[in-house]
Amino acid sequence: MISPRRFWAVFVARSKEFLRDRGALSWNLLFPLFAVFGMAFIFSGDHQEVFKIGVVGDVAALPPGFAATKYLKFVPFAAETDGQERLRHHQIDLLVAPGKPLRYWLNETSPKGYLVEKVMLGTDAGKPAPQRGVVTGRPIRYVDWLIAGLLAMNMMFSALFGVGYSIVRYRKNGVLKRLKATPLSALEFLAAQVASRLCLILGVFAIVFHGADFFLHFQRLGSLWSLYLIFTLGATCLISLGLLVAARATSEELAGGLLNLLSWPMMFLSGVWFSLEGAPRPIRLFADAFPLTHVIDAARAVMTEGATLSQVSDHLYFLVGMTVSFLAVGAWTFRWE
Amino acid sequence: MAAVLEAKNLVKRYPGASVNAVDGLSLAVREGICFGLLGPNGAGKTTTIEIMEGISAANSGEVLYRGAPIGREFRERSGIQFQQTALQDHLSVREVLELFAKLYPRSTSIADLVKLCDLGEFLERDAKKLSGGQRQRVLLAVALVNDPDVVFLDEPTTGLDPQARRNFWELVCLIRDRGKTILLTTHYMEEAHELCDEVAIVDRGRVIAQGEPDRLLKEHFNGVTIELPKEDFRAPEAPLPGKVVERDGVVEVMTAEVDAALGAMIAAGSTLARLKVRPRSLEDLFLELTGRGLRE
Repeated sequence: MISPRRFWAVFVARSKEFLRDRGALSWNLLFPLFAVFGMAFIFSGDHQEVFKIGVVGDVAALPPGFAATKYLKFVPFAAETDGQERLRHHQIDLLVAPGKPLRYWLNETSPKGYLVEKVMLGTDAGKPAPQRGVVTGRPIRYVDWLIAGLLAMNMMFSALFGVGYSIVRYRKNGVLKRLKATPLSALEFLAAQVASRLCLILGVFAIVFHGADFFLHFQRLGSLWSLYLIFTLGATCLISLGLLVAARATSEELAGGLLNLLSWPMMFLSGVWFSLEGAPRPIRLFADAFPLTHVIDAARAVMTEGATLSQVSDHLYFLVGMTVSFLAVGAWTFRWE
Repeated sequence: MAAVLEAKNLVKRYPGASVNAVDGLSLAVREGICFGLLGPNGAGKTTTIEIMEGISAANSGEVLYRGAPIGREFRERSGIQFQQTALQDHLSVREVLELFAKLYPRSTSIADLVKLCDLGEFLERDAKKLSGGQRQRVLLAVALVNDPDVVFLDEPTTGLDPQARRNFWELVCLIRDRGKTILLTTHYMEEAHELCDEVAIVDRGRVIAQGEPDRLLKEHFNGVTIELPKEDFRAPEAPLPGKVVERDGVVEVMTAEVDAALGAMIAAGSTLARLKVRPRSLEDLFLELTGRGLRE
């Protein structure tokens, strides 16, 4: 059983330590803000050099003259609604459904859509006159896509190093041994560490997300509460992973090495910076083993596609399962000295 | 008086070690006294005290508190000052005390601890920014925060300057006067003699002598130690009465026949201008019992 009094005492002490560590606090707040605004600035222009045209069904069914036009990239979609959703958010410039007559949709708020429509109508796809449809929707900028990944990455570093590294340091300098000499149980200690770091991570998340949103007006199609739930589960999972690494390690060098070994692949393969949709299957399978991948995929689906919790439930179940496993093994193998 | 704490046939061997760190050690600590575990570094003092605290497990043997084996509840009745402990970063001394007070079902008042350990001057200071002496006082206050019956102090004055050490001794005496039982490890013989009502001398994981310091000295010695710098000493042809050893450039003659020993030294040509005569100490006793110095 956890004693609320002891849990609260350690929770408060650990939170004060973090809040008074100005270096760590600044890093946790400023790094994601710099990253978000930096990326927003760098990708404020649109550097695409080809028009992206969604094709419902088989690309080979397109009129040959249109299909042979240079600088057009054709992206097949199995369902018309999928293509329209991408068009709504400017992820493609035009959507075409081959047939007689040929049908097409464009987003009238997209300048590229306007141009590529003119191009298409000038080819053999313009005769006989195709059926025109319109969708509306704001564009999803790179920063809208990126924000979930950046926040998740910052959360990962805070969870892994903030908990894992500090516990190893406490073990090394004898703080844990001193706590062991009190009635405090390992479970109470670990629960307080998780709760304290979770609150701090969510606080930082709220400040960074809403602060950046105030200036950059992120496209968020899904529920804010869903986003908070995903980040809460993700943070808990990553903190538990940090605890697992710190459960027995007695050297900061070893813990640092292990934490880097975990965090670097996640940073590059979990989809923080770019999508792994086109990556080889083994790489995608490897990336699916990382908690960060599931946090980012779920958060991005909520933000850019308006997904509900039930639509991202696979990711959430995965995070819960991993959290339970990490905590169970971490608590079982934990040692004070 | 009944023993409040007893160790019975404790054996501890660390994995991979060829000898036992604690090798069949037994001792009994009476209530309300300051009990000292003395011995050189590596003698097994810290391992013994950690087993008695319940922090380490022995390979065999048992520790009894008021006649019953110690369990988790013993943590509520004991206070510990480890040899090396860091305090939490970025917390003030007051916050450290409040944190530990909340970890126990019963605690003493912080104001009382502050007064007892004289912490008022640096109560609001970051615990990282304390001097060695101040830190040890805070750690002692932490050990007392649950108003324990038994207080374990593991080499509490190591690394302190002489003034800070004396101040700490006064504090230990105050705690003993409040009726606490204190179990102290030290390799400072002067400290043991000053503070301890009873001592156990430990060597290679075993108790080689136990009792009140003065009584132990009386039992083993009936003379004094004559000290002379090595360069002033000339060895007589006939053996001197007593035992002669050389330590750190000083020749020590342990004897009950002072006049005869001095006469023989003068006759051999020794210079006595820098001669010292002192009563026998616990350090001499350790040498007598083991043939080795405490700092070897």
